[in-house]
Amino acid sequence: MSVDAQTVRRIAHLARIAVSEEEVAPLQGELNAILAFVEQLGAVDVSGVEPMTSVTPMAMKKREDVVTDGERAADVVANAPETEDNYFLVPKVIE
Amino acid sequence: MNAPLNPKKLIKGGLHDWEVVIGMEIHAQVTSRSKLFSGASTAFGGEPNAHVSLVDAAMPGMLPVINAECVAQAVRTGLGLKAKINLRSVFDRKNYFYPDLPQGYQISQYKDPIVGEGEVLVDLPEGESITVGIERLHLEQDAGKSLHDQAPNQSFVDLNRSGVALMEIVSRPDLRSSEEAKAYVTKLRTILRYLGTCDGDMEKGNLRADVNVSVRRPGEPLGTRCEIKNVNSIRFIGQAIETEARRQIAIIEDGGTIVQETRLFDPGKGETRSMRSKEEAHDYRYFPDPDLLPLEFDQAFVDGLAAGLPELPDAKKARFVADFGLSPYDAGVLVAERASADFYEAVAKGRDGKAAANWVINELFGRLNKEGLSIDESPVSADQLGAIIDLIGEGTISGKIAKDLFEIVWTEGGDPRAVVEARGMKQVTDTGAIEAAVDQIIAQNPDKVAQAKEKPTLLGWFVGQTMKATGGKANPAAVNALLKAKLGIE
Repeated sequence: MSVDAQTVRRIAHLARIAVSEEEVAPLQGELNAILAFVEQLGAVDVSGVEPMTSVTPMAMKKREDVVTDGERAADVVANAPETEDNYFLVPKVIE
Repeated sequence: MNAPLNPKKLIKGGLHDWEVVIGMEIHAQVTSRSKLFSGASTAFGGEPNAHVSLVDAAMPGMLPVINAECVAQAVRTGLGLKAKINLRSVFDRKNYFYPDLPQGYQISQYKDPIVGEGEVLVDLPEGESITVGIERLHLEQDAGKSLHDQAPNQSFVDLNRSGVALMEIVSRPDLRSSEEAKAYVTKLRTILRYLGTCDGDMEKGNLRADVNVSVRRPGEPLGTRCEIKNVNSIRFIGQAIETEARRQIAIIEDGGTIVQETRLFDPGKGETRSMRSKEEAHDYRYFPDPDLLPLEFDQAFVDGLAAGLPELPDAKKARFVADFGLSPYDAGVLVAERASADFYEAVAKGRDGKAAANWVINELFGRLNKEGLSIDESPVSADQLGAIIDLIGEGTISGKIAKDLFEIVWTEGGDPRAVVEARGMKQVTDTGAIEAAVDQIIAQNPDKVAQAKEKPTLLGWFVGQTMKATGGKANPAAVNALLKAKLGIE
């Protein structure tokens, strides 16, 4: 499996990463090298092996349904470049 | 299982008849106190960003911890949909950028949802019923809310809904008309409300639908579908389907082809239009969320929840038909809301089930609808309505007087029995008094008496006059018997 220049541009856009035209070719090379490495792993026979989801065998931790957080709007918006009445303000996004 | 193709459901195009094929994705907000992965409140409203934890705001280093009650609610819903419960399911990240999605991804379930295949029995207005297949139900996070009308060049973002648990319920493309689609959503909403897993409040956006619509000539393979996003009322679901189906038919009959895309329904303009920006976002690059282990529970957990489920609308309807002798239609009307069914049962207890149903459906529901009240707001209690029915049953008041009594109890309240006493509304069963009234009317109308011998239907006129003379309180059976005897009819 390998990616072409168009795919590099598309996934960069989907990830909202600015990639200049001159960066496309080197990135394509790097991504293809990574994909080639991953493909080597495909040679290992993993039939009958459960995918590992955790280093230590444990069940997912669950919470009780109680309100223990919130009511800290000023903290939530503290790092935002622009706010008003504890709303985040962003450039207008409307269809 | 489904009824054969009904020609009445086809849509007439310019050239052919067309069948519309509909599948739905319903987003139902899970009823819980706190969010799916954080301890912030799910309460509606609230000051901007007040119900937000640092997890919901996606601050670096914050980790999600699942709300056990949201898991239980999803399982209960799955059981209510007669669906397969998956003892192991997986949370994935659905990646896209939008200002009201601070994580840059929605935690959802993709390949391994918590609930698998199920079905919903849907009754249609004409008495027919269809079974709609459920493909899956999965848990996911809601996004925040953007306000676009507060400033000319900026949008305001409030994350209060960000992270609230949603159930996405995906149906099979088993629906064949806007009527069926509306009936399906109505039934699903009823089931969710019975289960207490979603309040079904569409005005607040707690239940909303994405509707997949395609058209085909009957018997042909499925056509290309378009998805109409976020339709938020049952009426609009019907309108959106009709509008979209006709748009597609016009294109195909003109020799064009349908492009698969996401569209938005504009109820004001009565049209659907393309949401082009959504197209490329369809590449969500799902992958398992590394912050969350697989969601696992045992069969005993499921069985415990199953044991605690309330009686669901289908079972309740069947019981009302069997135990109270109701028609399936009346039983269906009564079970549409759990509160209505409970009210009816309180009225019917120890009384004639049919009479109770007539009073609840015709008088009470009729009056509630007129006033725009819900059953919980009824000024007439089940006990009061029951007493009115008892008074008719005992022969203390006539059916006609009972309606006046209902009106009095509705507006003024009070114990119906006491009201009847206080206002002298009792039916006159004393034959002497009725006889006096009858004799007077016969004496005053000799011409009609003569006619009545030839034309027995005139009896009705005499009954009316007698009831009038007695202020509607005479026992109709006694009046009839006396008149027949005196006029020599039969």
